[in-house]
Amino acid sequence: MASALLEIRDMEVAFRIGKKTYPALQQISFKVGEKETVGIVGESGCGKSLTSLSVMGLLPETAEMTKGGMLLEGKPLGPASGEEWSGIRGKRVSMIFQNPMSALNPLMPVGKQIAEMARTHLAISKREAKRLALEMMARVGLSRAERLYDDYPHQLSGGMMQRIMIATALICDPKLLIADEPTTALDVTIQAQILDLLREMNRSLGTAILLISHDLGVIREVCDRVIVMYAGYIVEEAPVADILERPRHPYTTGLLQALPGIGKRGRPLYTIPGRVPSLADRGTGCPFAGRCPSATEQCGAVTPELTETSPGHRVRCHLYASGGRPA
Amino acid sequence: MKWKRLVRNKPMMIGGGLIALLFALMATSLFYTPYGPNEMNTEMRLAPPQADYWWGTDNFGRDIFSRIMEGAQTAFLIGFSSVAIGLSFGLAVGALAGYAGGWLDELLMRVIDAKLAFPGILLAIMLVTVFGPGLGNTIVALGVMSIPAFARIARGGFIQYKEFTFVKAAKARGAGPLRIVFLHILPNVSSPLIVTASLRFSGAILAEAGLSYLGLGVQPPDPSWGRMLSEAQPFIANAPWYVLITGAVITAMVLGFNLLGDGIRDLYDNKG
Amino acid sequence: MRFYIRKLAALGSTVLLVSVITFLVFQVLPGDPAEIVLGVDADPHQLAELRKTMGLDRPAAERYWSWVKDAAAGDLGQSLRYHRPVADIVAERLPVTASLAILSLGLTLLIGVPLGVYIARRDGKLPALLLSAFTQLGLAVPSFWLAFILILVFSVTFKWFPTYGYAPWSENPAKALQSLFLPSLALAVPGIAVVIRYLRNTLLDQFRMDYVRTARSKGLRERIVLYRHILRNSLVPVLTIVGLLIADTLGGSIVVENVFALPGLGNLLITSIGTRDLPLLQTMVLYIAVIVVCINFIVDMLYRVIDPRIRLKR
Repeated sequence: MASALLEIRDMEVAFRIGKKTYPALQQISFKVGEKETVGIVGESGCGKSLTSLSVMGLLPETAEMTKGGMLLEGKPLGPASGEEWSGIRGKRVSMIFQNPMSALNPLMPVGKQIAEMARTHLAISKREAKRLALEMMARVGLSRAERLYDDYPHQLSGGMMQRIMIATALICDPKLLIADEPTTALDVTIQAQILDLLREMNRSLGTAILLISHDLGVIREVCDRVIVMYAGYIVEEAPVADILERPRHPYTTGLLQALPGIGKRGRPLYTIPGRVPSLADRGTGCPFAGRCPSATEQCGAVTPELTETSPGHRVRCHLYASGGRPA
Repeated sequence: MKWKRLVRNKPMMIGGGLIALLFALMATSLFYTPYGPNEMNTEMRLAPPQADYWWGTDNFGRDIFSRIMEGAQTAFLIGFSSVAIGLSFGLAVGALAGYAGGWLDELLMRVIDAKLAFPGILLAIMLVTVFGPGLGNTIVALGVMSIPAFARIARGGFIQYKEFTFVKAAKARGAGPLRIVFLHILPNVSSPLIVTASLRFSGAILAEAGLSYLGLGVQPPDPSWGRMLSEAQPFIANAPWYVLITGAVITAMVLGFNLLGDGIRDLYDNKG
Repeated sequence: MRFYIRKLAALGSTVLLVSVITFLVFQVLPGDPAEIVLGVDADPHQLAELRKTMGLDRPAAERYWSWVKDAAAGDLGQSLRYHRPVADIVAERLPVTASLAILSLGLTLLIGVPLGVYIARRDGKLPALLLSAFTQLGLAVPSFWLAFILILVFSVTFKWFPTYGYAPWSENPAKALQSLFLPSLALAVPGIAVVIRYLRNTLLDQFRMDYVRTARSKGLRERIVLYRHILRNSLVPVLTIVGLLIADTLGGSIVVENVFALPGLGNLLITSIGTRDLPLLQTMVLYIAVIVVCINFIVDMLYRVIDPRIRLKR
């Protein structure tokens, strides 16, 4: 991680409902390096998607960044830099979404939706945009691109639609691709294909990827590094291989146990008891204290800091507060 | 909690208020009006609103307020009766179509849809042409106009709930079609039916005004707001209040039932 | 292709059904149509005579069949009062009603669509309140009373428009437009209310759609997101409303034409009720109904052009 492509520093995002504000993301700090693949994992409601939407400047109207900031290639991101979002979105940072069926405009031929992106950010003619789009479609593994170009989304399968989304996202050669649960809505076999494609695009185009998923298995397929989020906090961050071998945070341990895998066949799948606390129920102390098997009195009172336990491995847990082994 | 939601439901409160006011006017007129509705004061023709004549007088020197009060009787009568006709026949047709299914359903629904081809008050005009104008025929014509709206809801409800276990169970116990419709299906579509009834009520008021304005609706001596408007038209320049007040009252009634319908819909929607 | 044949067949059957209803109402329901024309206490001789001219001695089914056959061949019968072919009389009146309907629909869309978009974009408390007040009033006002008010304001007070009367387009286009403007506006107001309300709700729904988020994530400017993506997706539901609006306008024009003494179909309809010109009435009603059915058919076809998803469905 020589130079950070994206750096987020102590970001806080809050929802404003009526006159009250509810912090949904707190103390979010992480980096994504050039050409790096980083995953964010956590159950729904943990703030993964909100984090990615912040980077795109697409927060819902009721949400607001109340603290901290973001740097893209060392410069402040978004209006903070005097640059308009429309010049960043799609051109420097792209995004693909969970449900390709609804993410594409149903009334526009898919090819046109790809070409539209190129026309928006590159000073090229219509014909040139179409040529580029066709090229991109071939690259993401859509055969007979010529014929598909004029098809409408409903004529395509889910996997094909996600490929269209990926082609659109990458046509302007952005530095970073954010993929928010890109395979969750797809069949299992298609999932693997799309993940392969993402990895292949990362290698051949050098696009950094921020992959968001509730499934550690998906992240393991694509990412070098993983960030574990819980209830609006980053609770653990480490290289993927490291976290699979030596998970530190009890929440990460739970996620790993819940992962179906070889050697677990025939046994009931583990689930972490309890649920992510809702925005209104978040108080002081460790956010995971209520569900944590090793919670102590201290956990309910003081929010732990994110501390580095070994190079590149950070944990937010009182068990590792001294930087060493669990007490 | 329930009461609070009702008070906060603005359409319902405003609509209900308007209707309560008009209903009170109508009820009072059964016993008392400031002047006889047909009492002429030849010295006070087309007098503007004043202390003695709140809403002024018409071209015969009759008190407009008293005539509006009496006209409210006709308006409520026409609204209620035509909705009652539309509701009962609409339910029958819709339930029959939904229950029978097949070609009978197809045919009935085609006929119901064909009504769309006779826009606005055209259907009512056709019926009144054949049977002649007057209060009774106007009610029948406006009732017929309302049948399709109710029929569609009844049929929709029937088709939706036919497959439900409780309806199937009732059938299995040997309940007749009428019993099934009234005990098992109607309660489930009661909210759209009430909303539609409210909206058809205001539709009937509007249509009656149009018909009576054209001279095809309510005939003298039965009082009618629509006819009052057509009588007021020639004096639009020298007695604008006559036209304005009469039309405003019609608008208020239509508005009231429209809002009431919207309010009821909100109430049911929020519940679900 | 098979789809279009089926649609055309449906259109044909609806037209047939509409003609049956019209015939039933005017020829069968009254028992003796001749009595409608001449009144209950008419001279029996005259009645017998009229029954013969109207062909009432034949059974109803036969009369219906010959009516439909003649109508299909272009012969719509003779007016009892004008002693002229009904088709000619209707042809004279149709342009007035058609101009009125087109003008009023134009006003509806021209005023309703921009307002609907505007309100949806800045969905604040005050605009929303004003909007609901306006739409509720627009839906509640009898259009002919609105016509009175427009006359009172623009003709009586400001004298900008003539109160009554009509000049054909061919003679004086400026005057024709002038005479049609107020009636069209009166007819358009309920439609405007409907379009604003409906478009706003549709747009607000669309704003929340995933594809809009995608369009924004592509770095498209907000204006392009609105016009290229959202508005087009909102068009399909709005088109449904337009179909209904045309029918409503035709229905409303019956009354409004009489307020402004415009010599259109609605005016003719009421005159022929007064003169009990049954053949003319019957044909005119059929005419209006067939026009409405055809418009709905066209709207149905337009869906397919706009929405590729419907294009594929059978």
